[in-house]
Amino acid sequence: MATKSLKARHDELALNNKQLEILNGGPFKEGELPYFKDKLDEIGQFPLRPKKLEILQINVGYMCNQVCEHCHVDAGPDRKEIMTKETMKLCLEVIKNTGAHTLDLTGGAPEMNPNFRWFVEEASKAGIKDFIVRSNLTIIRANKKYYDLPEFFKKHKIHVISSMPHYTRGKTDKQRGDGVFDTSIRALQDLNAIGYGMPNSTLQLDLVYNPSGAFLPGDQGAMERDFKKALKDDFDIHFHQLFAITNLPIARFLDYLIASGNYEDYMYSLVEAYNPAAVKNVMCTNTISISWDGWLYDCDFNQMLGLKVNSSVKHIKDYNEDILNDRDIIVSQHCYGCTAGAGSSCQGNVI
Amino acid sequence: MADSYYDPADLRKFGKISEWSEELGTKFFDYYGKVFEEGALSAREKSLIALAVSHVVKCPYCIDSYTKDGLEKGITKEEMMEAVHVGAAIEGGATLVHGVQMMNKYNKLSM
Ligand code: SF4
Ligand code: SF4
Repeated sequence: MATKSLKARHDELALNNKQLEILNGGPFKEGELPYFKDKLDEIGQFPLRPKKLEILQINVGYMCNQVCEHCHVDAGPDRKEIMTKETMKLCLEVIKNTGAHTLDLTGGAPEMNPNFRWFVEEASKAGIKDFIVRSNLTIIRANKKYYDLPEFFKKHKIHVISSMPHYTRGKTDKQRGDGVFDTSIRALQDLNAIGYGMPNSTLQLDLVYNPSGAFLPGDQGAMERDFKKALKDDFDIHFHQLFAITNLPIARFLDYLIASGNYEDYMYSLVEAYNPAAVKNVMCTNTISISWDGWLYDCDFNQMLGLKVNSSVKHIKDYNEDILNDRDIIVSQHCYGCTAGAGSSCQGNVI
Repeated sequence: MADSYYDPADLRKFGKISEWSEELGTKFFDYYGKVFEEGALSAREKSLIALAVSHVVKCPYCIDSYTKDGLEKGITKEEMMEAVHVGAAIEGGATLVHGVQMMNKYNKLSM
């Protein structure tokens, strides 16, 4: 179990270039596996182009109360990158004027940004249809000052999406840290108690499942059935949907793959599971990802690899949706993670 | 080149068996794919059966595959180990039940 971010450990994998070197090398460089762009080329989809913008994903900081083993953000308590109020104000301007219907706040633990509540209050006035906060659940129970978060979410009709690696304690704690399972269960009970996730409730509570290791997620529907049954039987917990998300070989998950000797096999599994039908719905085709310091990316993964959008508009201060939408999306071998099997996005399967 | 008879990397080449007999290879993989589809038994149950059988037939490739498949399906390690014990019990029982044949033969030959 990691206790520090790669960055705090001065690990070379904290460097974007090092990660990209690995993703472009090994079996790809040796010609044993095809480059992702060549697979897109085969189906006439290279360069990959965006469709209409639907989702604005804003990463309000890399600080987190957890240090999960698989974190592609390399988040943790030692990460100090936090979006300032000035940058948030620029985001608010964009939120007011965008054609996107979904706002997706992520981190780290977004709630740890000192201006988080102010930002949510202001952003919710903009009339966005689906306002998502990605909460890691334990933050709700981490400290008294967060105990009222469920009420705060309810007041602003926030759609809460939370990570829950497994319905058993052992698997969850191994991936996310000792005690995370029990705290997550209490947080889910708190959310249920005020109506979140209950059948027929409009207070939307969805869970995210990431495999706890070097394997791909199984069938999302079957996993959802298993999760619903186990959480209901064992803890009387309800939630709406389960999103199965493939772990992308970035940051700490990449570190884990290499350290455990699984990197090559994992890349083979991703390439083998490549599904051309998933390409047209990958997240980057309808999303813009904004980093804590206001730079624009095709997705959260490209953000973590430092791959800024290939456009003359690169920063929120120059935001222009029309110019931005006329760009080629930057892809690399990590993109196989989004097109494996039924595909994977921040909202689970894409087909 | 692997320095043992079994090379884990060979599992990735399983599909290549069709290259030397396309018709039979294709028929096998079609059948295989169909068997593991959700049916009267769930894909989860089939995965556990496959894991138990992998141990009984002692195929390291299948053990690797169905351990991974079990993980993908969210099957716990306790469930996996119970499945292996079911396989072992049947295998042990199958050996032992032949003891009856031995006893019959012994008794027939003995005065
Ligand atoms: S996976 Fe989420 S909860 Fe875990 S360290 Fe990363 S940002 Fe924090
Ligand atoms: S990682 Fe996924 S979402 Fe990001 S650019 Fe690649 S395919 Fe698109």
